[in-house]
Amino acid sequence: MDILTAVRWSPYLVGIGIGILSWLTFLISQKPLACSTTFAKSSGIIERAIRGRKVADKPYYKEIKLDIDWQFMLVVGIILGSLLSALLSGDFKLEWVPSLWAGTFGSAILPRFIGALVGGIFLGFGARWADGCTSGHGISGTMQLAVSSWISAIFFFIGGIITAQIIF
Amino acid sequence: MYKANKKKNSRLIWGLVFGIIFGFLLQKGGATKYDVILGQLLLTDHTVLIIMLSAVLTGMIGLHAFKAFGLVKLTPKSGSIGQNIIGGLIFGVGFALLGYCPGTIAGAIGNGYLDALTGGLAGILIGAGLYAVLYPRLRPKILKVGNFGDLTLPRLFKVNDWVVVIPVAIFIFILLLLLR
Repeated sequence: MDILTAVRWSPYLVGIGIGILSWLTFLISQKPLACSTTFAKSSGIIERAIRGRKVADKPYYKEIKLDIDWQFMLVVGIILGSLLSALLSGDFKLEWVPSLWAGTFGSAILPRFIGALVGGIFLGFGARWADGCTSGHGISGTMQLAVSSWISAIFFFIGGIITAQIIF
Repeated sequence: MYKANKKKNSRLIWGLVFGIIFGFLLQKGGATKYDVILGQLLLTDHTVLIIMLSAVLTGMIGLHAFKAFGLVKLTPKSGSIGQNIIGGLIFGVGFALLGYCPGTIAGAIGNGYLDALTGGLAGILIGAGLYAVLYPRLRPKILKVGNFGDLTLPRLFKVNDWVVVIPVAIFIFILLLLLR
């Protein structure tokens, strides 16, 4: 059981594991690994709770449906699986500011919070614009040889690499 | 009605089980960490790319084999130049600023990273909500520019799947060796 308590596994093995997991999600659930739609649904569900049923009639929310579905459970599962892994290896820790950020921007919480918030807004907006994220397009779509996904994945990284250079 | 509910619940449970495995793998891989993700975008740490390419290599070969045996149906997403290029770039900006993606932010939350749980999560929800507001205006115009539907590389080149799968697999394999 040492392997389960290891802090890090080879990225090659992790990747192969994710690939095999994709086989299973297709074979058993007829679904690809994907995450970003869940955040759009969650946003709509929260807004509906606050502003009422008419929120569900927004064209986009009508299209994606504001329900708890397979992918929603997948995302919930990711949180739990990561938690389990982190606890087993002792890697779980409550942390406000990542060290790489702190090295350049200092360890104050507020700047990091704002950075995360603004970054999150771009991420959530861009993921819906592109209709997928690094798992949906970047992994699942590219392995299916979808043109939409290859283009998305390439531009995720172009945008990300350029922005990272600017920030740091 | 009862049977339908049972089937729905079983589906949801599978989703949860697969998610737990996915989250476990991502965390062990280091992909739930800001430092690792930014390390990739700064091109000093190739963990993320190695994980993604290894997954794609394995998945691509397996899925197309299963497809050939009629065991799975692939579901490539529709797209367009306006959708995938612009959306991709906007996503990329957020990716570098936040330091997590939608999947890894869930993993980061599980790892205890509070910036993911608070600012990041709020931001993603706001961003997605903003998209829902702008969608009716975006849909008829920019999202349709250069529309190519659910095109796949084999269909684009009008060839058998393996004519694309095999060279792509070799290319990814070589890339993975170089990234070591």
